[in-house]
Amino acid sequence: MNIPLSWFLILSAALFCIGLFGVLTRKNAIAILLGVELMLNAVNINLVAFWRYLDPSKMAGQAFAVIVFAVAAAEVAVGLALIISVYRKRSTIVADEIDLMKW
Amino acid sequence: MPAEQIVFLLCAALILVSAVMVVTVRNLVHAALWLVAALFGVAVLYAVLSANFLAVVQIVVYIGAIAILFLFAVMLTRRDLVVRTPGMRGSWWIAAVLALLVLGGLVFLIVNQPGVNRTALAIPAGVDTLHALGNALVSSGQYLLPFEVSSILLLAALVGAVYLAVSRKS
Repeated sequence: MNIPLSWFLILSAALFCIGLFGVLTRKNAIAILLGVELMLNAVNINLVAFWRYLDPSKMAGQAFAVIVFAVAAAEVAVGLALIISVYRKRSTIVADEIDLMKW
Repeated sequence: MPAEQIVFLLCAALILVSAVMVVTVRNLVHAALWLVAALFGVAVLYAVLSANFLAVVQIVVYIGAIAILFLFAVMLTRRDLVVRTPGMRGSWWIAAVLALLVLGGLVFLIVNQPGVNRTALAIPAGVDTLHALGNALVSSGQYLLPFEVSSILLLAALVGAVYLAVSRKS
């Protein structure tokens, strides 16, 4: 396969930074979670690319990618449940207006 | 230019454009659909990297479950939020500068790393990566414990999610 490793790394760095931008700028809590998903995907691209380019017979990269999938699913489930629960109580999901714990 | 590089560049363009749309578009339903496009591009990249199992899991778990869960959450909470609040903070340019700085730093580190322009060797004949992944996840010398811990985490998260989201009005 004649794609340089650096292409994958730079793509995933760019994807991570786009996700970071989304997390920092969005007001809606669901949109913040969307940004987190982009960042997790950037990590996964890195893991799989290193697996393929370093030693394909050792499965460390793919095994960690599978674990990242599970963690992402858990994060989305809990995050969206929290958002729906907050929405029931305060009928808003704007992150700035959920300030009960702001001191 | 070899076909693989063309496929990679098309995928990269799809992923980056979709990701930018995810973080900038006002309507959250559209943002979730753009996320599906970005995730699909990542799945194609896994296939290019010959991680076939992960490509399928990406489509089944990420697009089939996580993105659909996002769509449901948007539909359960939306109401008039789209028109009532701006999509982004007023100080979005600070975040843009920060993200660009992080990107610059990462790219600087990547291109100065020795051996980063290597190309991948062919997967040795007789190595079945799917078989090896399955073995690695269930053999105690390798990733059995992390795999089980992540299963427990997923179970706990799902029970917690049901507990948090259940309606106690009735």
